[in-house]
Formats: sequence, structure tokens, C-alpha cells
Amino acid sequence: MTRPRPLQTAGRPAEGPLIELTDVRTHFATERGLVRAVDGVTLTIQRGRAVGLVGESGSGKTVLSRSIMGLLPRRGVVRSGSIRFEGTELIDAPRSTLRSLWGREMAMVFQDPMTSLNPLMRVGEQIAEPLRIHLGQSRAEARDTTIRLLTEVRIPSPAERLRQYPYELSGGMRQRVMIAIALACGPTALLADEPTTALDVTVQAQILALLSEERRERNMTLVLVTHDLGVVARHTDEVAVMYGGKVVERAPTAALFRRTRMPYTEALMRSIPTVDDPPHTRLAAIPGRPPDLVEPPPGCRFAARCAYARERCHAEEPSLVASSDDPDHHYACWYPVGTVEPVALRPADPAAVG
Amino acid sequence: MAGTGTAHLRDADDIVLRVEGLVVEFPVGRTGLTVQAVSGISLDVRRGETLGLVGESGCGKSTTGKLLMQLLRPTAGSVRFDGVELTTLSGEALRRARTRMQMIFQDPISSLNPRRTVRDVVLEPLRIWKRGTAAEQSAKVDALLAEVGIDPARAAESRAHQFSGGQCQRISIARSLVLDPTLLICDEPVSALDVSVQAQVINLLEDLKAAHGLTLLFIAHDLAVVKNISDRVAVMYLGKLCEVGDCATLYRAPAHPYTRLLLDSIPIPDPAAPDVPVTADGEPPSPVLPPSGCRFHPRCPAATELCATTEPTMRPVGDDQFVACHHPLVAGLT
Ligand SMILES: Nc1ncnc2c1ncn2[C@@H]1O[C@H](COP(=O)(O)OP(=O)(O)OP(=O)(O)O)[C@@H](O)[C@H]1O
Ligand SMILES: [Mg+2]
Repeated sequence: MTRPRPLQTAGRPAEGPLIELTDVRTHFATERGLVRAVDGVTLTIQRGRAVGLVGESGSGKTVLSRSIMGLLPRRGVVRSGSIRFEGTELIDAPRSTLRSLWGREMAMVFQDPMTSLNPLMRVGEQIAEPLRIHLGQSRAEARDTTIRLLTEVRIPSPAERLRQYPYELSGGMRQRVMIAIALACGPTALLADEPTTALDVTVQAQILALLSEERRERNMTLVLVTHDLGVVARHTDEVAVMYGGKVVERAPTAALFRRTRMPYTEALMRSIPTVDDPPHTRLAAIPGRPPDLVEPPPGCRFAARCAYARERCHAEEPSLVASSDDPDHHYACWYPVGTVEPVALRPADPAAVG
Repeated sequence: MAGTGTAHLRDADDIVLRVEGLVVEFPVGRTGLTVQAVSGISLDVRRGETLGLVGESGCGKSTTGKLLMQLLRPTAGSVRFDGVELTTLSGEALRRARTRMQMIFQDPISSLNPRRTVRDVVLEPLRIWKRGTAAEQSAKVDALLAEVGIDPARAAESRAHQFSGGQCQRISIARSLVLDPTLLICDEPVSALDVSVQAQVINLLEDLKAAHGLTLLFIAHDLAVVKNISDRVAVMYLGKLCEVGDCATLYRAPAHPYTRLLLDSIPIPDPAAPDVPVTADGEPPSPVLPPSGCRFHPRCPAATELCATTEPTMRPVGDDQFVACHHPLVAGLT
């Protein structure tokens, strides 16, 4: 078999921190002002674990993943904080350092497979390219590996698919090709940005099963970006919930669902319809919309939409702290779920309609 | 034919929409071949009912919606709306019928005219149909905007791009209601919206349905959303219906293996729930060369010889549950 084994099996520890983020900020200079897309994220990702990044559109999930990869626009980006990958600082690392990590150490599946595949290149070449560049495989070796990879991601008749262009594939097939490319060099960590959002539910189930298998077999670390709480519940060990550029709750997955502390997480869980509820069950919608990241409100960024918010929430920003009864469960809230009664939202609030 | 038949159609006097044997064919490039995107669909919707139409991408859900509206003309079949056959109507008569039958779409921003103020966009149908005096028109539009949660004053001075996706969907809903339609066809109305906003819009549709006495056809791929809003559900696969029935029954005890596969594929938002193994591989095949017999047979764990050769027709399997399958998942029936 020509498939490379992951590097960590060659004398690397199977546990311990792999990616350490400390007060990571990624801001974009725009005409409207500075967009604080990621605004102070501290998070440690352990080797071999699957970490879900959840949150609504615009909460900064993609920008955070791209910040870790070092795949940000070259201009107009203001970055600070620290991102360590196996101890190596990446925030101000030269391009050559990042390049040496891409593919073998960390790989990314992008949110939109159509714009991230090269439309003019046959899919076989797109998978073979990193194998030849990063692993120094010969043309013939790379071809064998490519067929193996396409088989692994369950693409039927892979030898024929190699010769096709992205537009000739269905959305599900394209996403599988993206995953094959990302897995090609056996990455230590895979950052998968909404890998299944564009797919049908039956195909989503197959792709997620595939990623889990890959993770078990190779002790691969997975950062799974999604807004789907069902996906998070079934396929991650830990979850970080993002809101307005910040992590507002972080916990082992089971604990997050069993004992939700942050009102935003609770509101998110309640707002989704589930097939367990009878028809016409009234949904607990969250009023309003996420904050403007150019001029975020003072205090807690969720306060304007929060059913538990008090005066303090609009004035002082809570920081992410560990729960007194579970050191692995962190939340950023002055009045976590269960500590105060809900109050009516301020009626005059312009944020009341999303 | 597979997944055809009309056993599920009801004989009630409050049927608002009755569709029989709907077919549409498109040419495939210059190959001389044709593809049947919708292949013999029959449906009915009673007054005040919400019918959910679910299925995976490419199964023909949206095409069905357009065929009902006559935005696309069917190759065969009949569409009776409020007792009037639409497929033979044209011109003024069709436009008039369409005022009582409105449609909203997935992408709310691009379905609103970017050059007019949002208030004008909502008012336009009243002007075209000369409904009421200018003052009456204004009053109606402002009341509707307020009802969908949009500030009329802001709507009078802003254009669509100045509103969020959820707000634009509210605006298109307001526009769809100004002519007091009977039937609202919603094609993936919340799938482009964030979960929190999605819940707001679903609740709004439920409220408007009650307040305006609407009948809804709700087309979507999200099974949980469809269950939440529907009274009755039709499941579509590759241009055909495979199962139709009462919403709660169909979700509790799916009779078609495809419905079962869809339901089993949903990730349940509960880490403690037991794992459901994925029962089928692959994706729906192309409708250009659909499988013989039952179109689902190549992916079906229960398929036999019969399924490859003979197309099943709709038959009852319960009080209000109908399935087009030779081997339905119902005790005592094969
Ligand atoms: N290159 C850029 N320039 C300016 N602003 C940007 C840029 N990229 C992202 N943003 C902004 O950063 C914020 C966070 O965006 P991001 O794409 O990370 O959200 P997300 O959580 O991934 O959302 P979604 O669920 O829609 O994918 C948004 O307000 C977005 O508009
Ligand atoms: Mg994103």
C-alpha cells in the first residue's frame, strides 16, 4: 500500500495538546471599519479528538479555521494572539513554515467545494498534486494512491472519475473529492468547514461516517465546523460554541447537551425543530440577529437577544471561565442557565426581528 | 409505473388543489434524449391544510412547485385549483387564477426587485390589479408589513439589500399575501436562513396561516422542518412519490424504505441517543436514465427481483398512509 501512515504513529504521542490558541484575534480592515471576525479565542485542541465549532452564520467559525491554517487574505488583516501547532508558533510564521505543514500536518475541507476545486484540472491531478509535492511520490505511485483514496471516500469506478472535471460530478461527489484531497497526505489534523452542509441528509451520513472512521484508524484530530447541532452531538468529543467572534461555551459534547450553561447555547438548541417533537410544536425562536462585528455592543454580545439578561450583561463583558463543578466546562455568562428567571426582552429593541 | 397511482387522493369537498399524473419532460442537451424531472405525480391539499413535500436535491420538488404555478407547463397531467383546471388556462385568465395562488422562494433577496423600495415591492400587486383606492392600498401594505415584523416606515425608504436574509423572507411573504391568496406554495423558504431566524420565519408562517386562513404547500429537504409545519407529508424520490400520509404517522412508522433511510440519516441532537447504522450507500441516480421498476431499488436494502422489473403503485397501508412499494415496512404486508 502506498498510502502514507500518519506521522504521529511514527513515535509521536497519541495524546496531549496539538493546537493551542491563546487570545486569537483576526480583524479585517473594511470601508465600514474594522470587522472583529475572531475576537479573542482561547482554546486547546487535543490530539486525536474531534472538536465541533458551532454557531450561527457570521460568528467567525470559518475565519477561525482559516486563521489556524494561515489561509487569510494577504491584505487588510490584523492578527494577534498565539496559535501553536505542536509547539510551533504560527501567527507570524513565514509562508514557508505554513507550507511545510499544509497537507501532511494540517489540511482543510472548505465550505464551498465548487470554488475550492480547480475547475480546469481533472480531479485525479488535483489529488495527485499534493502527493507528489509533499510526499515526493512518483507519477505512478500518486496514481495508485489517488485510486485508493477515491475508493476510501466511496467514489464508484474511481479509475474513470480520475479523468473527470469537477463540473461533471454531483455535489456529493465533489465533496468526497475535497475530502480525498484533504486526507491525501494523512494529515495529523483535519479542519472540515461545513463539510456536509450542502449535501443531502443520506450523503451527509455517509461522509460523516467516513470521517469518523478515518479518525479512529489514524488517530486524526478533527475540527468540525458546523451550524448543525445534530452533527455536533453525533460526531464530536468536545464542542466550542461561537457567538460574535468569541467562544461563549466550551465543554465535552455530552456535558454541553446534558447541562447547558450559556443561554445562547440553550436558545440555539431550543430553536431547532426536531423529528421527535409532534407536528406544529411552537419553536422557541431567538429574537433579533447576531451583533454587528464592526461595533459590537458593550457587555455580553448576546445580551440584546438573551432571555436572562440583566443590567450587568449590557455593561460588563463576561469572560470564559470554568464551571465550579466541572473544570472541563467553560462558559462566558454572568447568569448561567438555571441561576436566574427569564425576563421579557426590552420591547423597544430594534434587534427583535431577524 | 413506479410511485404512481392515485390511491392517496381524497374525495372531500374542501380540496383546494388536486394534481393528477403530473409529468414534465426536458430535452437533455442535443442528445435527443429527454429527462422526466417529474414523472407522474398526484397530490391533493385540503383547505387549511399544510402539505409538506420532502426529498433530496434533484428529486423534482421545486419543479413540481413551478408546475403547479404554471411557471413551467407540464407535459401531461392535470392541476385543478379551486375547481379550475390551470393547465389549459393562459393569458389573463391564468394571471387572475395565480393571484389566489402565490409562491415564495429559497433566496429571498434575489426575488425582490432591487431598484424599488421594499414597500413599493409589496404594494405593486395591488397597483397592478387595481385593488382599492390608493389610501386603502397603503393601509393594507402597512398592516401586512407590521404583521410580518417589518417597520413600514423603514420599508418605505429602504431597498431589499439593506435588509437581512430573514427580513427579506418576511418581506416576500408580505408581498405574497397582499392579494389575499388561498394557497401559498413555499419552496425551501427557510433553508437559506440561520437556525435562529429559521425558527422565527416558521412561527410567522404558522401565525399567518391561522390569521389569513391559508392553505400551504411546503417544499423542503429538511425533514425536521417539514415535520414541524405539516399536517400531511409526501416523500419524493427521483421524480416520483414514494409515500404520502398523515405527518405524525409517517414519521413514527415510515412504510417506504426510502422514507426510513431519510429518517435514519438525520443526526439526532442528543449525544446519548443510540447510533443508527447507515443502511444505504450511494446517491440518487440521474433521472436521465432512471432505474427500471421501482426507482429506489438499486439503493434499497429490501429490494427483490420484482422491484427491478415492476413499478409499484400507491396503496393504503394505514388510516391515512399510502406507499408505493412492493415490500413496505408494515407488519403483515409484503
Ligand atoms: N475577508 C474578509 N473581509 C472582511 N470581513 C470578513 C472577511 N471574511 C470574513 N469576514 C467577516 O467575518 C465575520 C465572520 O465570518 P465567518 O465566515 O467566519 O462566519 P461563519 O461563522 O463561518 O459563518 P457561516 O456559518 O455563514 O459560514 C463575518 O461578519 C464576515 O462577514
Ligand atoms: Mg463559515
